[in-house]
Amino acid sequence: MSDMTELEATLEGSESPVACAVGADEHPIGSWLRQERMPHIWCPGCGIGTTVNCFTRAVDDLGIPREDIAVVSGIGCTGRVAGYLKLDTFHTTHGRAIPFATGLKLAHPRTKVVVYSGDGDLFAIGGNHFIHAARRNVDLTILCVNNFNYGMTGGQMAPTTPESSIVSTAPFGSVEKPFNLPYLAQSCGAVYVARWTVYHVRQLANSIKRAMSKPGLTFVEMLAPCPTLFGRRNRLGDGLAMVEQYRERSVVKNGADTREVDLNMEGPIVCGNFVDIERPSYIQAQAAQMKRVLGDRYVMPDAWREVMG
Amino acid sequence: MKTNPRGVLVGTHFLDGDHAAAEGALAAGADFSAGYPITPSTEIVERLAQRFPRTGGTFIQMEDELAASIAIQGAVWGGAKAVTVTSGPGFSLMMEHLGYGIMTETPFVLIDVQRGGPSTGLPTLPAQSDMMQARWGSHGDYEIIALAPSSPQECFDLTIRAFNLSEKYRTPVLVMMDECVGHMLERVDIPPADQIEIEPRRMTKIAPGGEYWPYSLEESDNGSLVPPMTKVGLGHFPHVTGLTHDERGYPAMNAAAQTKLVERLIAKIRDHKDDIITLEEVGVDSADIIVVSYGITARVCHPAIDRARREGHKIGFLRLITVWPFAGKRIAELASRVKGFVVPEMNMGQMVREVERAVAGKAPVVSVTNAGGEVHDPEVIYRAIIEVAK
Repeated sequence: MSDMTELEATLEGSESPVACAVGADEHPIGSWLRQERMPHIWCPGCGIGTTVNCFTRAVDDLGIPREDIAVVSGIGCTGRVAGYLKLDTFHTTHGRAIPFATGLKLAHPRTKVVVYSGDGDLFAIGGNHFIHAARRNVDLTILCVNNFNYGMTGGQMAPTTPESSIVSTAPFGSVEKPFNLPYLAQSCGAVYVARWTVYHVRQLANSIKRAMSKPGLTFVEMLAPCPTLFGRRNRLGDGLAMVEQYRERSVVKNGADTREVDLNMEGPIVCGNFVDIERPSYIQAQAAQMKRVLGDRYVMPDAWREVMG
Repeated sequence: MKTNPRGVLVGTHFLDGDHAAAEGALAAGADFSAGYPITPSTEIVERLAQRFPRTGGTFIQMEDELAASIAIQGAVWGGAKAVTVTSGPGFSLMMEHLGYGIMTETPFVLIDVQRGGPSTGLPTLPAQSDMMQARWGSHGDYEIIALAPSSPQECFDLTIRAFNLSEKYRTPVLVMMDECVGHMLERVDIPPADQIEIEPRRMTKIAPGGEYWPYSLEESDNGSLVPPMTKVGLGHFPHVTGLTHDERGYPAMNAAAQTKLVERLIAKIRDHKDDIITLEEVGVDSADIIVVSYGITARVCHPAIDRARREGHKIGFLRLITVWPFAGKRIAELASRVKGFVVPEMNMGQMVREVERAVAGKAPVVSVTNAGGEVHDPEVIYRAIIEVAK
């Protein structure tokens, strides 16, 4: 617990973690889940469930009405998150969660739209959509579970696979330089960028709360163990051992220069809230421009009027 | 239900088919479009980008056609009526999300202004060579609805009809234009809103917060096989997935769920062909030879038909306004009492295969092909007619 306290202390203004008042026989986040769909498909030791725990505690704490949150996922292990949440949920095609979410947000801006997907889905097949959504600053919170490989299909190379690590399609070690996701997100225009591991549950929940409270495109990278595939091939041990490695290797640097937060197999895992800036979101900018140019002739979409006044 | 007058540009206009299709979408009540520029369809999204800010709609230019064709579906689940527009290469990219729309039963309209292919082909010149892609382009088994306008007026009218069919059957509907129809300027009459019939989205009557299953037929009229919709924000908490799913929308990975779902998706259209299929027939019942065509090529047939008639031949004209589902029943009826069919189309022989299938050897079927780039010379169609008449 002493480590936890130390990490927490580095979080400026961090509140106590979310507590849900429930009966003894009830799961604390049970009301946020489609419990009839349990058991889930994730392997023992997988980190995705921990991120769901953090996400649901964050939304619970934010007090947003349940009907005002939508979750959009792509394809893959993390793509299954949407289907387990008792919210308006969409399991889209591979890589396309962001453009689906963009249309959903523009048509119904009252809804907080969260894109919840994996590193392969969001940054390989979906990479083009990510950079453009960040550039436009669409009001989306993008939660990316990064487990360094494609879990659903058996542990293939992802755009996040660390150099020299073993995956099924680079059985002798990857030589490709992986994306540094926080740097990518910041350089494309995201207004909030953070990274945590599933060891940092409280910080992660707080980051999700901050991300969901800001207009514009906000991005949280969530490092999670995939012991069945990435862990096994790279001899990293079981899920618990991998979380232990996160604890040992993590360094919290809020406000760190995102150019310096690359991940590899050996060095420090830099975590923290890296970027938190203000710039008009797509809807704000679009409405302002139309009003300026068209004046009274501009007919704001009814659904926009609801949130813009 | 009559349409909302907000988007209806009442009056007599001189418009090309692209602009007319944009006005058709507005008149149908479309309030969302995501697009990606591609010749010869771009004028449609340009007009929507111009018009939407003054009609309460939203246009967004996306990074590619993959994005455009899924952004509109997000918008539909946000409560919008949505359209996207493309041509050949973009149509290929949109096949992924045509399938998603069919599987998730998301109503929207997709307009394909056809140009010559394969690949980049002839960006500025016409073809009708995406007809089979329209039918079979996305993977898996499904039925599709596709309409083929042959004039700017029909680009307006059929875009409205496409929206109506998409709502009625809760499915994507294609408008298969071609570069000629898209770029030809003609008179387009836009009636007042109180003369435009609109099929409203059938929303669930389950109260907000109640237990709603997005694919349950409990609220459906007897035999319609179309479950009612919802949208986000109502507390219905739908789960929508492209995976095979049960009535709750939950993934169900087994043969029984697959059979039940796919058979219903197909039957909801196949069982209502009579409602969906529209044909234009001229002189068909007394004809010896029937010319079957659609889109711009149907108009190019007229000089050839007129000439053959002047020479004493009994020529019928059958225009496919609805191309998919195919009017096989009608063609089969006619097959037993005519000398033959002539099928001109601006491709190397696509819809003719359907005609042949329906005719089933009862009469000769002559395909009048054209690789695209320019419309048929009517002389070629005339010669094909005379060949059958011999």
